[in-house]
Amino acid sequence: MTSLAQSRGAGVTPRRRGARIGVGWIGVVPFGVYALLFLAIPAVLAVASGFFTQNGTFTLANFDTFADPTTQKDIIGSIGLSAVTAIAGAIAGAIICYALLPMRADGLVRTVVDAASSVFAQFGGVMLAFAFIATMGNTGLLGLIINGLFGDNTYTSPLYTVPGLVPVYLFFQIPLMVLTFMPAMEALKPAWGEAVATLGGTRLTYWWRVGIPVLAPAFFGCAILLFANSFSSFATAAALISQGGLISLDIFRASTSETVIGHANEAGSLALAMVVVMIVLMTAYGALQRRAAKWANR
Amino acid sequence: MTAQRTTPAPKLEPAQDRVMTPLQAGPAAEPFVAGRAGRAARYGAAPSRATARVILVITSVLFLLPIVAMGIFTFRANGGGYTVGHYLDLFNPALEYNYDVLFQGIQNSLILCLITAAIILLLMVPTIVLIEMRYPRLRRIMEFICLVPITIPTIVLVVGLAPTYSVVARFVGSDAWTLAFAIGVIALPYAYRPVAVNIAGVDMRTLTEAARSLGAGYLSIMWRIILPNLRRGIIAAAFITITVVLGEFTIATFLGRTTFQTGLLQVESGDPYVAVIFALLALLFGFVILLIIGRVGSIRPKNKD
Repeated sequence: MTSLAQSRGAGVTPRRRGARIGVGWIGVVPFGVYALLFLAIPAVLAVASGFFTQNGTFTLANFDTFADPTTQKDIIGSIGLSAVTAIAGAIAGAIICYALLPMRADGLVRTVVDAASSVFAQFGGVMLAFAFIATMGNTGLLGLIINGLFGDNTYTSPLYTVPGLVPVYLFFQIPLMVLTFMPAMEALKPAWGEAVATLGGTRLTYWWRVGIPVLAPAFFGCAILLFANSFSSFATAAALISQGGLISLDIFRASTSETVIGHANEAGSLALAMVVVMIVLMTAYGALQRRAAKWANR
Repeated sequence: MTAQRTTPAPKLEPAQDRVMTPLQAGPAAEPFVAGRAGRAARYGAAPSRATARVILVITSVLFLLPIVAMGIFTFRANGGGYTVGHYLDLFNPALEYNYDVLFQGIQNSLILCLITAAIILLLMVPTIVLIEMRYPRLRRIMEFICLVPITIPTIVLVVGLAPTYSVVARFVGSDAWTLAFAIGVIALPYAYRPVAVNIAGVDMRTLTEAARSLGAGYLSIMWRIILPNLRRGIIAAAFITITVVLGEFTIATFLGRTTFQTGLLQVESGDPYVAVIFALLALLFGFVILLIIGRVGSIRPKNKD
C-alpha cells in the first residue's frame, strides 16, 4: 500500500528531463499491485481472520483455542523442537564454518558446500522427509541393520513423533547456519590474529579474547534465525507426522477442517500467535545483526 | 608484518544485508588464509588443514548417509533382496495410472516454473532496474517488500491466500498455474538478493548516462547496457526461482492443487519406491542448479573495489 502511494509521490518530483515525467512511475505500479494483492492482502487477511467468525462478525472466540490443552501442548512442542534444533544446529553449523575457513572462497569445496547447504536448507521439505524414511523409517536402512543384528522387529522407528523430528530438522538447520554464519566468520580480520600473536597470545587467547566476543552477536543472531526457521516450517513435519503436535500442523488442520463448524478461523488466531512470535524473534535478530555488523565494517 | 597490516582488508557488505538471504548467490568474500603460515607460526581463526579436513569429512559422511540410504532404498525388493524393478515400473504402462498424480504434478510444476520465472523476470527485475535508475528513494521500500516474505511464515500467508484465491478463481479459474502468483511472492527474497548484489556492483547511472550522451535510446540502453551487465544476477534469480517452485509444498497443499511435491507425497503412500526415486532425482537436480548458481555468482565483478 505504501509502495503505491510513494511511487505516485516520486513520479511528481521534477526531473532533469521533462519528457519522462509521468511515464516512469507507471512502471512501478504493476509490481506494487502484485505485492498488494498477493503479499499485503493475504498477510492482513491471515491475521485478521482470527478476529471474525466465518459469517464475518467480530469475535474473540477464536482465541479460546489457546485455552485448549492440545493447542498449548503443540505450541510447547513447536517451541521445544525449535529450541533444541536451533541450539544444536547453531553449534554444529559454526564448527563447520570454522572448518571451512582455510578453504578458498571460490574453490571447489566451498562451492559444493554452498550448493549442498542451499539444497538442504531450502529445497528439502518433503524430499528430506523421504530421505529420513529411507534411513530411519520402519523399513529404513537403520532398521534393516538393527533387525539384522538383534533379530526381527527389535527396531521401532522414532521418526513419526515430534522428538523424532530433531535429526530431520537438523538436516536443514545446520546448512542454514553454515549459509548465514559464514559471512561473520569470514569477517574476522587476519590483522587481529597477527596482533594477538605479536603480543604473545596463543590461539586460545585469540579465541577467548577476540574471536568469541566478536562472533557472539552474529552467532546468537543466526541461532534466532534458526529458531524462527524451525518454528515456521511445515512441509517436513507434514510429510512425516499426520496426527499433529506442532502449531504449524494445527494451522493446517484448523483451516482445512471446514466441516467442523466454527474452527476454520482458529487458523487465523494461531497464525496471529505465530506472527507475534516471529516479530519478537526478528526484532531480536535485527538488533543482534546490527551489533555484529559493527565489526564487519572496520 | 607492518606491510600486511596496512593492506586494506577485503571489504564486506554490512552483515545484515548478507545474512537476510540464506541463499548466497552474490560474490563470495576473499579467502581467509592467515592459518596457512606454517605449522609453528599459526595464528588467527583458521584451523589447520588437517583439522578442517577431519571436520568436513565427518560432516560429509553424516549428510550423505540419508542420501545413500535413499539410493539403496530404491533398489530394495518388496519381499527382501534387491532389484531394479522399481525403475522398470516407471515405464510399465500397466502401472502408469498409479503415477498419474505424480506426472500431473511434475507437469504442473514445470508450467509453474515458467510463469513464476516470468513474474520474477518481467515484473520484479524491471521494477528494481527502474527504481535504481529513476527513483532511488523507493529502493528501501522495494527492498522491504522483497525481503518481508522471509519473515512471514508461508503457513501464515497461506491462511490469507485461501480467501484471496477464491476471488482469483472467479477471474482466471482455479487451474494449478494460478499458484504462480503466490509462489512468486515466496520466491521474491531469494530472487531479489542476487539481482540487488549485481546492481550494487555495477555503476548503472554512469553507464546509462554515458550511453545516453552517445545518443542511445531507451530500448537500446535496456538491451545493450543494462541486461548484459545484470546477466549474472538475472540468471541466478531465474534458477533460484526454479528451485523454489520445485520445492514448494505448503501453498499447494493448503490450496489443494497438485504439484510435484504434493504428487510425491500422494504417490509415497502407495508406492514409496517410486516416490523416493523421484525425490532423489529432484535433490540431485536441485544440487546441480545451485552449483551452477554458485559458479556463476563466484566470478567477481571487475569494478567492485
